[in-house]
Formats: sequence, structure tokens, C-alpha cells
Amino acid sequence: MADDDRTPPTAEAARAATEGTGHDALLRNDLPLALYVDMLRNRRIEEEIARRYGDQEMRCPVHLSVGQEAVSAGVCLALERQDQIVSTHRAHAHYLSKGGDLKAMLAEFHGKASGCCGGRGGSMHIFDVPAGVLLSLPIVGSGIPVATGAALAMKQRGEPQVAVAFLGDAAVEEGVFHEAANFAAVHRLPVIFVCENNLYSVYTPLKVRQPDLPLERLGRCHGIASVTADGNDAEAVFSLTRAAVDRARAGEGPSFLVFDTYRWLEHCGPNYDNDIGYRTQAEFETWRERDPVGLMAAKLQRQGLLDAGRQSELLASIDAEINEAFRFALASPLPEPGEVALYA
Amino acid sequence: MREPASAPRRLTAAAAILEATAQCMQADARVYMMGEGVADPKGIFGTTLGLVERFGPERVIEMPVAENGLTGIAIGSALMGQRPIMVHQRVDFALLAVEQLLNNAAKTHFVTNGVHKVPLTVRMIIGRGWGQGPEHSQVFDSVFAHAPGLKVVMPSTPYEAKGMMVAAVRDDNPVIVLEHRWMHYAEGDVPEALYETPLTGPARVRSGDEVTVVASSFALLEAIEAADHMAAAGVGCDLFDLRVVRPLDLTSIIASVRRTGRLVIIDTGWKLFGVGAEIAAQVTEACFDQLKCAPVRLGLPDQPTPSSRGLARSFYPNGQILAETVAKMIPDAAHRLAEPIKALEALRLRVPVDVPNPAFRGPF
Repeated sequence: MADDDRTPPTAEAARAATEGTGHDALLRNDLPLALYVDMLRNRRIEEEIARRYGDQEMRCPVHLSVGQEAVSAGVCLALERQDQIVSTHRAHAHYLSKGGDLKAMLAEFHGKASGCCGGRGGSMHIFDVPAGVLLSLPIVGSGIPVATGAALAMKQRGEPQVAVAFLGDAAVEEGVFHEAANFAAVHRLPVIFVCENNLYSVYTPLKVRQPDLPLERLGRCHGIASVTADGNDAEAVFSLTRAAVDRARAGEGPSFLVFDTYRWLEHCGPNYDNDIGYRTQAEFETWRERDPVGLMAAKLQRQGLLDAGRQSELLASIDAEINEAFRFALASPLPEPGEVALYA
Repeated sequence: MREPASAPRRLTAAAAILEATAQCMQADARVYMMGEGVADPKGIFGTTLGLVERFGPERVIEMPVAENGLTGIAIGSALMGQRPIMVHQRVDFALLAVEQLLNNAAKTHFVTNGVHKVPLTVRMIIGRGWGQGPEHSQVFDSVFAHAPGLKVVMPSTPYEAKGMMVAAVRDDNPVIVLEHRWMHYAEGDVPEALYETPLTGPARVRSGDEVTVVASSFALLEAIEAADHMAAAGVGCDLFDLRVVRPLDLTSIIASVRRTGRLVIIDTGWKLFGVGAEIAAQVTEACFDQLKCAPVRLGLPDQPTPSSRGLARSFYPNGQILAETVAKMIPDAAHRLAEPIKALEALRLRVPVDVPNPAFRGPF
């Protein structure tokens, strides 16, 4: 990471950095490669979920993040383990990039007792407390104030943590975004609003939902530092997030980051749906040429940091982890019906 | 119930709520409060007066007018271990926060398999009278009680108001406290010590053998008056303060109806789809063959609350109506209750239908 000699904010953070996912260690050595590995891993996981979805073992809606991997990688790798994220219905990549447990996630999709929610939530409620994935919430905009409230608690307790609210381009149409942004600005809370603009709310394009104006104005109007960047450029996402994190830790308040990207697959489910009429194949192709994973691979190859041998090693290691996680999920028992009365 | 150590004093329910809040904030640094008006000169009908001076604006947060967003913020802070108290000056304002309350507050403990807790207290004040009209006078106890994951409580006396407030703040999951605006004026004995009354089950407040009466919130105060008049005439009401709408524990009420064979429920809100309907259904399911007559529900008629005291004249149930209802349920009780009904009518006519007590002068 760029600031190797920065003192970790707490002893706990220092310990956490040497444990867990290995992201922190990777980051220290080689940021571009760490971003690439994170994105490649998420891509392979989502593709494997899509491939196996027809088996009817994952019996819950899935909102895949294929095409949007640079945002989760760039944002989450700029955070420390004790920082908290709150995600949305499209939560897989956020959860995984932040260090969420893959086995617990897949087991949850399979409705198993070993799932991160014990089979109570499905794919839209995944969370992992040790990893700092506070919550994922499926109602558009609903998690934005929850992340803001986490930031309020951090400020009230004087702890140097940061909270991130992931949101989509439609969430800024919800009043609750503005309510949370206003409060965060008034109280200078350590929260970062990360707007992943993938241009569609389900099948409805941004242009019929909002005036043709930059999304970032919606942060600025609340007095919040707001920037827009290429959401398919993981390094750009990382550096803007890191700047926002530094501002938040310094007590300088919230940020609003808009990352333009594109959802490759259908809103919900494992398929491509460019044929059903709400967007064109040509539009999809222009975005696929700017594949965040491919762009980073090409860059690493140009810099001599990635070759065919290294790529095969990475894929083998990632795929082995994924297969092992699916084996775990499939082998885990379903929860017992009597358990549903617990925690109700 | 924990027995408080100190001697009781007479306090209004508003003062009891204020004392409970201050003591909770003093005892636990994680407790903080948010609401529109918590730090203003009126201090939520006096229930938050002086708190901002004592605990500072970081813990007594004057909130932007953003009920849903701030409820989400309270939930997020609760997930991180804080213990927020949110206040809505009218339950009608809290309708803007229903998404956060019914989704995130109610579900998070369940959906995270018990990992997360949401120690959130939400006070919502039920308005009545002085022409407040249809959107400053609703109750919605049955609406909030419909969702698994929320506790819904309705204190009716100063003692309960303090004890339930403390219990709500100490509860590890969300509690909605529905406070009747007119209950704020009620005076009663309140110990000074920090005590809690458990958020479980109804409490019997008068014993009798002829009819079981269930009331909550302000309706209880009127029911007590009516029950005492009826008792003097030899008609014994087994009167319960419902206290807790969810979790709804009707064990003691069912046992009472098995003995009396008669049940009257007074809803604070609308009769149709009200809490009384659920109570009547459960009691009937449990002891149909011991009922001497059909359960009777009293509640607001199937219309929005009007502003004018002319239109509101017969809108609310009251002690006189309760006594008249009981008179029809018990054979030959009509003549025994004739005098109490007259006395209750006289009491009712002493104060206009739209003011809580003779000292009230408005404006809200």
C-alpha cells in the first residue's frame, strides 16, 4: 500500500492486518496485483454461481456483480478490516472484497445452516462481522442511513473507523439518501457514500429516471466532497477511496464517490439479457471492451507483473478455493424447521 | 418486577419519562437521544427538558426533519453498540420511518441469526383532542404490532411510564413505546430510583368476578374510573392494563375470562382490525365454551379523527360507554349500574371531550 509506514489506527487493526484474507499483506506488496487478484476471484466466483444456478441448489435470487468488480476491489482494499461496509441487494463482490467468508456466503445461497445468516437471509442479507461487512439490505437506499449510523457511533466513541455505504444510481432517487447525506454533512461523519452507477435500475435506464446532470452534484448539494471516476479502473477507485478514507479519519467528514460501471448480466439471475429489448448488444459490447478485469490484466502484463504462468497459478488457486467452498455448501445440512422461531 | 428501594413521590407521567431518560443516560454512556424537538425550549411536552444542557448536543441530538433516514441512522449506530432513543412528537410522523422500522429494526436480529442486536427505543406520542384532526391523533398499535421483531408497549401510568422506558432502553432489541399525550398529565407514585418494569404481559389493576375488561394507554385511566364506580354498585370488573401489545401474552386474561365468562376490550385506536380483534379472537379460541356472551370490542369508529369537538363528541370510548356496555352483558345489571352510569356521565361532562384536563389551554 502507498502508505506503508502509516501507523495503524489501533493495535487491533494491526493484528487484523496480519490475519484474515491476506488482502492487507498483498496490498503492502503490490497494489495493482492485489486489485487484480480480488477482481479475478470475484469474477470466477460469480461465473461459477451463474454456471451452477440451474442446478436449483441455490434457491434464492442472485444479483451478480460481473462487470462491476473494480468498484468493490478498489473501495474495499482501501479500507482496514475494522472499517464497516453496508451493502445492497447486489452484495456478493462487496462482501468478498471486504474479506467476507466465501464458504459462509455460498452456504447461505444454498439455504444451509452454515450460511452466514443461518439460512435466514439468502443472497441479499449477507454479512460478516469479523470482516467488517456490517449488513447487506435489499431495499434500495435502505442501507445508506445504516452505514451513516455506524459512522455516527464511530464518531461518538472516538474510534478512528470509517463506514462505507454502497448504493446504486437509483438509490439517490430515494429520499433516504438525501436524509442520510444531510445528517452526515451536518455532523461531519466518517462515512463514504459509494455510488456504483451501472446505468440501469433493473431494466429502467438512468436517462428516463433522472435529468442529464452529473450524479456527483447530488453529494455536492449537501456540502459533501464529491467526485466521479471510471468505475472500471480499480486503481482510480482505490486512490479516490483512499483519499476519502484519509479525510474521514482526519475528521473532515463524508465523501460521495460516483463510479461509472456496467452490469453485464441480467438484474437478477445468471443470464445475459441483451436480447430482451431494454438495452442494445452494441452498448454492452462497448462496456465489455472495457472489462475491469481484462484492463487490469493487460496493464499488469505490460508492466511485466503478470504472465501466462502466473495467471494459471492464480486461476488454479482461486478455482480450488471456489470448488472447496461449493463442496462445503452442498455438504452442509439444512437448518431445522424449529430454528425459525429463534431470534424472531 | 424489581422492587424499587426509594420511597414513591407524586410525579406526572411526563416527569417520570424525563427522569427515566436522564437516569438511563447517566448510567450508560451508550444511551443517546434523537428527535425533532428534543433540544428545543418545549422539550417534547417536557419529557426531554434539560437533557441537552446536562448531556450535551452529542447525546441529545436535535434531528433534521428526516424520520426514515434518522431511524436508519439510529439502527446503524445500534448495530455498533450504541443505544439510541428516538422520539416522534406524533406517531403520525413515524409513518415516514416505517420502512426502516418494519424492515431493518424488526428483522436484523432474526436475519443475522441472532448475531446483531438492535437496542433501539422509539417513543411515539399518540395525540388527541384540541382539534388536532386526522393526522395528529392516530395510534397504529396494531400496525407496529403486526411485524415480528418489534416490541410494542403502551404505558398508562407514571409508574409504568418510567419503568417501561427504562426497560425499553435496556432491551437489546427494538421497542416502540406508544405514549398517549393525555397520559403525560396523569399523576401517580413514582420511585426516584432507577427501576424497570418488565415488557411482558398485562397487569391486573382491579379484581372482580363478573366481567374481564382489557384496556391500554389512556383508555385504562378511564376504565379504572368506571370499574371503581361499578364496583361500588356491586359489579366486579377484572380489569387488566394490557401494557404490552407485542409480545402479546394473554395467559392471565384467558384465565380471567374462564372465571368471569365475559370480555370487553377497549382499543385506543380503531376498532376495525384493532388489537381488540386479536385479543377477542385468541380468547375465544382458548375458552369459547366458557363464554357467557360474545366478547365486546370498544374502539374508535371506522372514520378518521375529526378536528371539531362537535364531530368528535361521540368519537372516543369512555368510562360511561364501558359501564353501559357491561350493563348489557350481565343479566339484570342494568338497574345496578344505573347510578354509576349517571355518575360517569357527570364526570365526563365536567371536562370537554377535546381537552385532557381542566388546566389544559392548548396549543398542542
